[in-house]
Amino acid sequence: MTLTLGHFLSLGAMLFALSVVGIFLNRRNLIVLLMAIELMLLAVNTNFVAFSYFLHDMHGQVFVFFILTVAAAESAIGLAILVLLFRNKSSISVDELNTLQG
Amino acid sequence: MSATTGLFYLFSAVLLIAAFRVITARNPVHSALFLVLTFFQAAMIWMLLKAEFLSIVLVLVYVGAVMVLFLFVVMMMDINVENLRAGFWKHFPFAAIVGVVIALEMAAVLMGGFRVVEDPASAALAAGSAKVSNTQELGTLMFTQYLYPLEVAAAVLLVAVIAAIALALRARKDSKYASPAEQVRVKSADRMTVLKMAATQAAPDVADAPQEPQP
Repeated sequence: MTLTLGHFLSLGAMLFALSVVGIFLNRRNLIVLLMAIELMLLAVNTNFVAFSYFLHDMHGQVFVFFILTVAAAESAIGLAILVLLFRNKSSISVDELNTLQG
Repeated sequence: MSATTGLFYLFSAVLLIAAFRVITARNPVHSALFLVLTFFQAAMIWMLLKAEFLSIVLVLVYVGAVMVLFLFVVMMMDINVENLRAGFWKHFPFAAIVGVVIALEMAAVLMGGFRVVEDPASAALAAGSAKVSNTQELGTLMFTQYLYPLEVAAAVLLVAVIAAIALALRARKDSKYASPAEQVRVKSADRMTVLKMAATQAAPDVADAPQEPQP
């Protein structure tokens, strides 16, 4: 039994579904929400790498590189906003972020 | 079942268990540590897919930098965990339904259409035509065809660094500091002011001064 592209894509799909479930379960906890987003990006990157391997196309790996760059930038800014939020509200609960409702 | 297949199933199982623990762990620190384990397993799977450079980058950049940042932030905050997990079990049925639907739909698509096995002939052809490492291949592509997007990615990182510092920096309002620009621009006239005044001054007349009433 050899590994097919479907194996890796299924793994990516399961990881993605898990992270969507994580977003639903932890919708008050901003930190775990950020972690679930990282998991989603990891699932997508796994798909890219798998396609790149099975189709012998290096362009997929270049895309993974760029996605990693943007994900790193996103998590850095997200954590900075989180720190700022905690400093001002002493809480990271999403429910308390209703200041902009007017 | 070859060794690669066995390793794939091992890494996948650990990855999925770790990802499950990330979203269900009670303590955010445990979540972050399980996320580190998830990234390690994903790096191993990428290694199986012969993406060596990216798998090392995943370990270095993600585990080494981003996850350390996560751990810093998580440990810095004093979080009331119980309050954050209030709706956990209330949302669980809906979340489980959504997850199962996504997994089933993806499985229906993937199981039918993607039975691609790596073709030995084309693999040998690809290996024979390019006798360079994965890193060199990726670098060649990145610094020729994708040079402009690479510059944009660098600019994105720079913007992220500046934005993160600008957001999280707390400048003290009461701190005293010297401004070098003003120090350079200063002239002697700013340091000392010469007042014109008489060298001697007549003493006030004692007789004119108001007398204190004597008791």
